[in-house]
Formats: sequence, C-alpha cells, structure tokens
Amino acid sequence: MEEELEDELRFHFDEEVEKHRRAGLTDEEARRMARLAFGGQSQVAEDCREARGMSLIESVLQDVHYALRQMKKSPGFAVTAVLTLALGIGANAVVFSVLNALVLRPLNVYQPERLFAVEHKEHADYWQSYPDYIDYRDHNSTFSGMAAYYTTDVAVVIGKQAVKSYGYLASGNYFDMLGERPAIGRFFHASDEHGQNSTPYIVLGYDFWRARFNSNPQVIGTTVNLNAHSFTVIGVAPRDFHGTELFFWPDYWIPLVDAPEIGCGPDYLAHRDDRNFWILGRLKPGVTPEQASDDLNAISRRLAQLYPTADDDLDARLVRPGLMGDVWGDPIRAFLAAIMAMSVLVLLAACANLGSIFAVRAADRTRELALRLAIGASRARILRTLLTEAVLVSVLGGVTGTLFATALLQILSRWRPFVDFPIHVVAQPDAKVYALALLLSVGSGLLFGLLPARQIWRTDAAQAMKGGKSAGPALRRFGMRDILLCVQIALCTLLVTGSFVAFRGMERSLHTPLGFRPLGVTIAETELDMGGYTEDQSWPVEKRMAQEAAQIPGVSSEGLIDRVMLDNDCCAKESVYRQGTTDFRSSQRSFFAHFFYASPGYLATAGTRLLAGRDFSWNDETNSPQIAIVNARFAHLLFGDTPAVGRHFELFNGHLKEIVGVVEDGKYNSLTETPQPAMFFPLAQGNSGSDTALVVRSALPPAEMATALNRMMNGIDPNIPLTVRSWPEVLDLAFFPARAATGALAVMGLLAAMLAVTGIFGMAAYSVSRRMKELAIRVAVGARRTQVIAAAVGRPLMLLGVGSALGLLAGVVASRLLGQIVYQANPSDPVVIGGAVLTMVFLGAGASAVPARRALSADPSRLMREE
Amino acid sequence: MTSLDLPQGTLDLLILRTLLPGAQHGWAISERVQQVSGDMLRIQQGSLYPALHRLERRGWVKAKWGVSDNNRKAKYYELTRSGHKQLASETESWRKLTSAVSLVLEGD
Repeated sequence: MEEELEDELRFHFDEEVEKHRRAGLTDEEARRMARLAFGGQSQVAEDCREARGMSLIESVLQDVHYALRQMKKSPGFAVTAVLTLALGIGANAVVFSVLNALVLRPLNVYQPERLFAVEHKEHADYWQSYPDYIDYRDHNSTFSGMAAYYTTDVAVVIGKQAVKSYGYLASGNYFDMLGERPAIGRFFHASDEHGQNSTPYIVLGYDFWRARFNSNPQVIGTTVNLNAHSFTVIGVAPRDFHGTELFFWPDYWIPLVDAPEIGCGPDYLAHRDDRNFWILGRLKPGVTPEQASDDLNAISRRLAQLYPTADDDLDARLVRPGLMGDVWGDPIRAFLAAIMAMSVLVLLAACANLGSIFAVRAADRTRELALRLAIGASRARILRTLLTEAVLVSVLGGVTGTLFATALLQILSRWRPFVDFPIHVVAQPDAKVYALALLLSVGSGLLFGLLPARQIWRTDAAQAMKGGKSAGPALRRFGMRDILLCVQIALCTLLVTGSFVAFRGMERSLHTPLGFRPLGVTIAETELDMGGYTEDQSWPVEKRMAQEAAQIPGVSSEGLIDRVMLDNDCCAKESVYRQGTTDFRSSQRSFFAHFFYASPGYLATAGTRLLAGRDFSWNDETNSPQIAIVNARFAHLLFGDTPAVGRHFELFNGHLKEIVGVVEDGKYNSLTETPQPAMFFPLAQGNSGSDTALVVRSALPPAEMATALNRMMNGIDPNIPLTVRSWPEVLDLAFFPARAATGALAVMGLLAAMLAVTGIFGMAAYSVSRRMKELAIRVAVGARRTQVIAAAVGRPLMLLGVGSALGLLAGVVASRLLGQIVYQANPSDPVVIGGAVLTMVFLGAGASAVPARRALSADPSRLMREE
Repeated sequence: MTSLDLPQGTLDLLILRTLLPGAQHGWAISERVQQVSGDMLRIQQGSLYPALHRLERRGWVKAKWGVSDNNRKAKYYELTRSGHKQLASETESWRKLTSAVSLVLEGD
C-alpha cells in the first residue's frame, strides 16, 4: 500500500519535471520547480492515508508501532515501567494462584463441588466418632455416599525395613464415593469390610509406589507390615490423587476397620464419644447443602435422645472439604484474602507511580502533541495513541510478572517446610490466574494511561508551541502528579506499617511463654508396639529408657511423655467433671482439658515450673492411688483461687484422680491458643497409645546426642525405631504460620518501599531538572544550602509527609484486616508507628539525596550559557 | 491553490467530470483541469491525491495500474457506475446553486 502511494506520487513528480524541461528549463531547474510545487510528500501521504481511512486494526497497529518506537527512545523509562508493573502484577498472580489452589479450586476428584465435610456447628469442631458416622451414613436421605477417614503416621515395613510414611485410615466406600479408579490393581470396597480387623488390604499412593517399589506392577499381591500385622497390596492410586486433605498427601490407604490393629487401640471404633474421624459426603443430585444439613441435624437430635451421655450436644454443619474444615480453612481463607487485598494495594501504588511518570512524560511531549493537534489529528486519536503506549507497557509488565510468578510457584511447590510432615503447597497458575493477570495488566494500563488525559485534553496547541518546556509557575499549583505521588506514598506507608505489625507480632509469638524451655532439649520418639510390646509391657521398658538415658554422659535430666507439646500430632482432650458427679452428659462437664502421660523427671527436663505440690515419683506405680498433676488454669477453673493440691476430680465414667501437684500454664496445641487447662497422669498408670517420647536435656550437640540415644535404644531393643529431633526443630511447625505471614508481609513491605523510593526519586529529579536555572541563580545569589534544598526537593518531601500521615491513619483504621494475618496485630503500637515513620523518612531522604545534591552543585554560569 | 479558490467539495466534482471521457492518471487529471479552465484552476497534488483516494474509498472511482504514454508505470483512475450517478447529481446541485446565487447577486 505504502509503496504504491510512493510510486504514484513519484510518477507525478517525474511528469512535472518533464513538463518543465519541455518548457525549456534545465534539468536542475526543472526539478526545483517541481519540488516547489510539490510540497511535503509525507504530508500528502498522510492525508491520502487518512482520506482512504484505515481499518481499525491498521490504525491500532500503527499506534503499537509508535508506542514501541517511543519505548526504544527512552529505554530506561521503559524498563523501569515494565519492571514496576511486573512486580505489582506478579505479586497478585502469586497470591491469586495460592488462593485458587487452596480455596477456589476444589479437590481433584469427580464432581468435587458436590462433596462436603460434616462438621459440628461449633467452630473448628471437626472430629466425629465411628458409631455416629455409621448412623449418619445409614439414616440419611440426602447423601449418595458418606465416607469417614483419618490420617495416621504408622510406618510401612517393607521386608525388614521400616519406612517413614503417612497414610489414611479410610472407610470401605471411600474410593467409590469419590469416583476414583486405581492406576493398577483395585481399591477396597464397602463389601470387603466384615468387622474389626477383617480387611488387611493396603492401597499405595502413586508417588510412594514409584519411590519405594520402583513402579513395579508385580507389587500387587505382595505383603507389607504395619505395626507387625500383614497387609496385602491390592492396588495403586492414580497419579494425581492425593486424598481429600489438600495439605496432607498420604503414602497409603488402609481400611478404617483395621485401625485397632495398627496401634490405635482395641476400642478405637467402639465408643460413641471417641471422636477420631472426619466425615466426607457426596450430595445426591438435586439436593442442596441446606437440605442435607437439616437432614443431618434431624438425625443428630434423634441420636442425642438415644444416647444422651455421648451425643447430647451433637449437631451438624456442612463445610467445603480439603482444609480440615474450619481448623485450617478459616485461618487460611482469612490470611489469603487479606494478603490478596495487600497485593492489590501494591498494584495500585505501582499504577500511581506509573501514572505520575506518564503525566511527566506527557508534559514533556507537549510540543509534539501540539504539533499533531495542529496538523489535524483529533484529540481522541492522540489519547488513543498514548493509551496504547500505556497498555503496551502494562501488558509487557503483566507477561513478565506472570513469568516471575510461575517460576516462584514452581519453587513453592517443591518446598518442603517440614521434612517429617507431608505438607505440599501445589499452586500452579491456571487459566483463571492468566485471565486475572491479563485483566489487571490492561486495567492498570488504562488506569495510569488515562490519568494524564485531562492534561492532554486541555493542551492549547499554539500556546504549547510557543512556551517550550513548561516553566516554573506550573509547578506551584497542585496537579495530578502531586495527588498521584501522595496516593502512592500513602499506600506504601500502609504496606510498610503492615510489615512492622507483622514483625512485632512475630516477635511477640516467639517470646510467648511456652510453659517449657525447648532450647537444649532433644526428643527421641518411639513406637513401642513396633517391638511387639502391649500396653502393660510398656512401662518397664520406658523406665529402663529413662534410667539408661540418665547414664549418658552430658545428660543433665531426662523423662518421658506420650505426646510432645506443639508437635503436629499433639494433644487430645478429655472431659473433666467435679468430684461426685454421677451424670456424665456433656452438659454436666466442667470443661475439656488436654491430657498427657508423663514419667517422673519430665517436668524438670522440660523446664516446666512446679507451682505447688510435687512431681511424680518412681514410687507411683501402676497400682498406686490414681494421681494427676494439673496446670494453673485447670486448678483455677475447678477450684478458683483455693489450693488444689490434695483435692480430687473425675473423668468420664467416674474415674477419680487426686491432684498432687500444680504446674505453670503453657502452650499445648498452638501458639495462639487462649490459656488451656491441662492434666498430666503418670505413665505407670496408663498410656493413650504406644507412642512414647524420651525427653532429654543436655549440653551435647544434637548429632552426638542422636548417636548416643540410638546406641542406647539399640541396646534395649533393636526392633524399636527411634526418631531423634531437637525440640526447637519440632516447634518449626508451630511457628510456621507466624513465619509465613511475616515473610509474606515483609515482601509486600519491601515492594512498597521500592515503589515509594522510585516515586519520590522520580518527582524530585524531575522537579530539580526543570528548575535548574532558577536553582542555579539561587546558588549564585548566595542562598544557604537548606534554602536551595527546600526549593529543589521541598515539594516531594512535603508530599511524602502528607502521604505518610494518611497511610499511617489508614493502617490504624485497617487494624482489623491486619489482625487476620498476624496474631495480636496492634498497629497503634508505638514501635510500629515509630518504625514506619522512620522508614519513610529514611526513604525520603535517600531518594531525594541525589537530586538535592545536583541542585546544590548547579553551576549558574554554565547553565546560563547553555540557554 | 492559485488564481481562484475552489469552494468546498468542488474538487471532487471537477475530478469526476474530468474522468468522464475515460480513465486517466493523477497528473493527467491535474493538467487537464488546468488546460480546460484556461489556467484559472490549478490543483495541487497535496489536494489532488487525497481527493482521489477519498473518491476511491467511496466507490465512485476505481484504480488500476497501467503504462503511461512515455512507458512509465502509472495509476489510472476511472469512473464507476455509482461514480457516473454521483457526477450527474453533483452537477445538478452545482447548477442549481450557481443559478440561485446569480439570481441573488443580480437582484435588487
């Protein structure tokens, strides 16, 4: 097209030349005449094109070409802009991907939106008992299938070797209800169940099969051992199936009915008030969650009447599955929503940043714009051209940001925060995430591209052409640029405040009194039933473990406990009743208390202070009077401020316990729990399972301690496995949420700080370069340094002040939002405010330092000459 | 533009009329108008070519590349059927307009 036009015009030119030559002029003169008559060829070409009218695509492409040329002309600006947006959009992409994976995208099974977990109405009360499950399953009319399951960490023994593994106990109908098909072999079904311990089958997870059995299909029919019982491998689960809890990927599935066999105790399934399982159900087609919930509540009420002691407070509520109901679901949803809000704020700050940069550039190009207006381009067309530039920059930024995000998420999915616990956070960007990234890119581009629109619209062509670069007076009034910088600073201050709040919260949770001193303590966990010991045979072995551990040089104290506090699988609760209770319905219960079984010496080893009474002694044997040690909260709940030592309380079914000692309160299940009552019973008088942990305090380095303990255990019984960790290591899981939150907020704060610096620097540099002449004169006339600096960077710094104040205010107002992320968030904390203010001051000073120095070193004579 | 200023829109009319005898290229059109008007009307290529392209867009002329008298490649324009119609209607409008104006000028 272009070529044709050129040819056409050239032909005309040549004919004109020819005409003049025939009239008698020389070649040169002829050409000159022709050129004079001809005028500007490019203008003609432009007019022709316009007359012809371009299709929309053609003109958009033209805009894109133009935008690319502009970007090539100022590559520094282009790179900065693209990177700024890449950060903003990338952050949003990462957060949204995680949100998508954990909250929005259902489990990877057939029709996952019809699956619901059955919880109790009380918040985070997720556990159900086996008899209740059977009743729900058999008497409901709204579910097409209902399964029960729980996790277990019983090790699989392949041949002679025990392999650390995690699995599911699942009801027979689990796989069928989910609609899964095995990769090889078959699954177990409801028809395989014939009562307790009747179904010794095991289904392997795909990754476990690949890692431990080399993907050998001949594994079907072979047997492995769990807890010294044989299980036959009947199948392998499909490759991408990881059970129904997003965070816990099992290595195997075994039937629920075999739970007693693998060490859960013979009564694990029998008691209606032993709530050990989770229920997952699939709604019948056409049934709404409300109908199902009503159905289950009707059944609950009947059960409450039939079994008043166990079920009198039974109720039901449907919850989305995958995040352990509310237990992890609520905190995770709240955290992610809050972080998403923050990353949107980061993006807005980036847009404000770019908006002011674009406004500045538009101001610089006033002459060029005026020219285009003069030759007839419409304002709308010019605006469209500028918008194209903005959208192009932001789409490039969006693409870059999404690439960053994908890479980051790859790293995240490979990350194992805990070696011992099968937590996987697999969040890969999918169509939804890409769509969001595109939307954000185009949206941001339009947003900051339109910001200078008003300015362009009012450009007076003639005035602009005369005026050259805009002079001083224009800066006196508050314009769009100033507002944008202010907004940007406010947003950044808010985010920086958020980071400080996170740090304070983290600090506070790290220094929360735990009720024990973990530093210097090594924990050696065993499962005594792996050595074939029954419950009654365990105590002598445990005693021996303590005695031999005491002999190890370097050990200052030792003890045993059944569950390690703040470990991932800690804590079970029991009902506590006052002495003399005969009616043991739940409504008569005084409270639930954590219970532990401990040996003498445990309390001293753990560093838990004894407030009254005594520790257990080696004389408190199995047949001695039943005693307990309780914590201060327990004593207060039961007896107020009166002494508790020597008094009694009852457990379910009237078991009477005498209190012999009171210890300080502590944290048992999580760092953020309110003070909980707890009770300790002597290991000699029972154990809740076969798990026992030997707790040893010593000054030895961890590796040496581990070797010594392993050697000791080998001497006692080589069949008993030992897992040795330091207590601080165990606590990693407990501290993980606080650390993750702090990490995320620190990143946001860092991004915000970078944006703030860019914004201030940009405006300060621009302001200085515009007013170099004026500043030079001031310097020449003898103004003091402070006066020159004030003139040069005064305005940006003032905006910094105003913006920071607004941001801090917003932070206080948004404290509830921050409270979702960080435990005990308190934005009005003086340390937080002080920290945020100092940071902004430091950033402001740093960002304006270079332009200020340039202002001070302005050489008036040189500048005058340049003009 | 020299000599006389063409009122708006008359350029199109002139071009269409010039093409009535047959297809011509741009330079020929401009020469012809100049000759026929006794050198009173000179069309600059700055106005001619955009006008030609505009007429082509509106479908009143169509263009074809051919070979000129002196063996050069040139783009020839010729009237389409709707171009003929347009010429007729614009000529009619012009006559009506000019006689009306003349009447007013000669009047009292």
